[in-house]
Amino acid sequence: MGRNKNQEKTGERFAYQEVKEAASAIPFLLPSVIGMIIFSLLPIIISVFISLTDWNGLEELDIYTLSSHFIGLSNYIDILRGKEFWAVLSNTCYYIVLYIPMVLVSALGIATLLNKGKKGTSVFRILYYIPVLTSWVAASLIWKWVLSPQYGILNQLLGIIGIQGPDWLTSEIWAMPAIVLASVWKDMGFFGLFLLSGLASIDKTYYEAAIVDGAGKIKVFLKITLPLLTPSLFFCLVMALINAFQLFPQVMIMTEGGPNGATQVMVERIYAYGFRYFKMGYAAAFSWLLFLIIFILTSIQMKLQKGWVHYES
Amino acid sequence: MKQKTAKKILVFGLLISMAASFIGCGNGSEKKAETPPSKSADEEITIKFANFNASGGNEETLDAMYQAFQSEYPNIKVEIETIGYDDYFTQMQTRVAGGTAPDCYELNIENFAAYAAKGVLAEIQGVDTGKINETALEAFHVDGKQYGIPGCFSNVVLIYNKDLFDQAGLGYPEADWTWDDVQAAAETIKVLGDDIYGIYAPTTYNEFFKVAAQYGGALLNEDKTEFTINSEANRKAAEMMIDRIVGSNVQPTESQMGGMGDWDLFESGRLGMIPTGIWAFGAFAEACDFDWDICVEPGGSQKATHFFSNAYVVNADSEKGEAASLWVNWLASSQEAAKLRIEKGWDLPAITDESVLSAYLEVTPPDNRQAVFDSLDYLVTPPIIEEYSLMSDIISGKLGEAASGKLTAKEALDQAQAECESKINLK
Repeated sequence: MGRNKNQEKTGERFAYQEVKEAASAIPFLLPSVIGMIIFSLLPIIISVFISLTDWNGLEELDIYTLSSHFIGLSNYIDILRGKEFWAVLSNTCYYIVLYIPMVLVSALGIATLLNKGKKGTSVFRILYYIPVLTSWVAASLIWKWVLSPQYGILNQLLGIIGIQGPDWLTSEIWAMPAIVLASVWKDMGFFGLFLLSGLASIDKTYYEAAIVDGAGKIKVFLKITLPLLTPSLFFCLVMALINAFQLFPQVMIMTEGGPNGATQVMVERIYAYGFRYFKMGYAAAFSWLLFLIIFILTSIQMKLQKGWVHYES
Repeated sequence: MKQKTAKKILVFGLLISMAASFIGCGNGSEKKAETPPSKSADEEITIKFANFNASGGNEETLDAMYQAFQSEYPNIKVEIETIGYDDYFTQMQTRVAGGTAPDCYELNIENFAAYAAKGVLAEIQGVDTGKINETALEAFHVDGKQYGIPGCFSNVVLIYNKDLFDQAGLGYPEADWTWDDVQAAAETIKVLGDDIYGIYAPTTYNEFFKVAAQYGGALLNEDKTEFTINSEANRKAAEMMIDRIVGSNVQPTESQMGGMGDWDLFESGRLGMIPTGIWAFGAFAEACDFDWDICVEPGGSQKATHFFSNAYVVNADSEKGEAASLWVNWLASSQEAAKLRIEKGWDLPAITDESVLSAYLEVTPPDNRQAVFDSLDYLVTPPIIEEYSLMSDIISGKLGEAASGKLTAKEALDQAQAECESKINLK
């Protein structure tokens, strides 16, 4: 009995010790946790309620205002019934279909080149990463100039090899590819860096064994590098998809959604409804739909990864 | 020991509730606690004023105006806040919604419409607005009440390249020209060269409501209860605007512009005429190495010229509305402020006193600056409705499709009419 009691006591003491340790962490966590609660968590929760109202974004925001503007799920129904949401969604999907393969392939290309460890790679590593650090505003303005049909450097280069470049940003067909081009240029360094660290972490012995077995370069890449890189590729794919759905600054500056709505995307519409048309409830509903889409697609990716991502055990 | 943990939980709970109170849901009780403003004239009042127009070069001018105001009204102190245009409207919207808007502030015409309709502005009362241009004042009149004071104004005139007119052997545009005269001149100028164009006028909502007025049309019926976007007169206006691009091509298409701005095209000496704002004078005086001048904008069956103005407004929640009205009215219409505005080349005060305005006429080019004032006889103001930006985006979008040849002018207006009717509820 006595022994049992003793055991219980140590057990209790052990649990208490843990609680005490956790409790002592609270003061250190508080500054950032409070910041998160006030500036992220609460706004997120409040936006759910806003999305159920026709609040205009100008009347003082309090519980009374929200309840007097309550309209249930009307915003969501209106959005899903209207043509605009689907048009904007298909523009976004068009962007994604072009952007994701291009950005991942070029990031993989960069990573493979930089991984060879030849002379000057550190310089190139910086060069590829500079666009990532550049602000989108500056980058968009430069791309606008690069893509200018008559005087832009891109069409002049195309002219040298005898191709008549299109009117990029003012053409309904080419405006979205042009934005994809700028986005790939800006983001490939970011993903390249992740893939590079993925490449660097692949155990060299695999390569040595493959070479001993007489595997060619292409075979080594396909059978060893690529499978072992899948965890990094998976991460990049998820990030790129989320990024792509949040496409905004480059569109805002390069085309403002034009020509004729060809580059209107989700976030641009959310901004317009919230801050130009003063329909904050509608904008909030729009952003929750965006969240749902991203959430569902990311969950699907998480499920599908079992089929193609190899984690080294 | 347990007590200590309980204490920690208590502290944590307190912090959370403090955080929650930050969100400020307690407005109801605050309002009841208001004390009526003091009537004593000697007591010092401090008001807050926010604006965007002074940013980027005129902060000091505004400050000098305030100094002059202070010597006249020593008991009213104004805390001036100048915010850049890019951030201004999102910031102001958040502050109005959060109940922390300044006592008085500046709004452009698009936002004015929405703010006034949403009841967050106070009626301007108890000040003498007699010195202000009437059309300008009327622009900020909603349901018979004055909700804003025009702080300044700009209008649009026809600017033309004299050298191109000389080369084409044409007489310069006159105040009595119509768009037919312009078309004829533009065609003659176009012949001068492959990359020379006769005229450039944007195919946007802003241009359209004015040209519509020149043909006797309007976007709304008289009492603003119905859209009249595809009316007969409006169709004539739109056809004229679209035909000079896709028909006679005296105005370049977007791809012919090649991403160039319209001002750049004029400055490069390859454009005969451009109806544009008087705020272009400075840029053109600097960049054009040819002679240019201005005249009152041509019309259709009648004349109509643009008028742009920003409003000074008073916050409906302000307890110092009187002092705020006094300050913004002084800023808009006093001689001292008007003189400073012109002297520093900021913009034109919307006042009627010509003796103050005469200083403006002395600066050249353009020689015919008088046309700026002559244009005031034909001012039209944009149709103010609550969902102003939505209406303007819909119309601009459809006109853009027409300008690129995807729709005819008639189809564009019919579609714009249908879309506005379905999306906008005119009360």
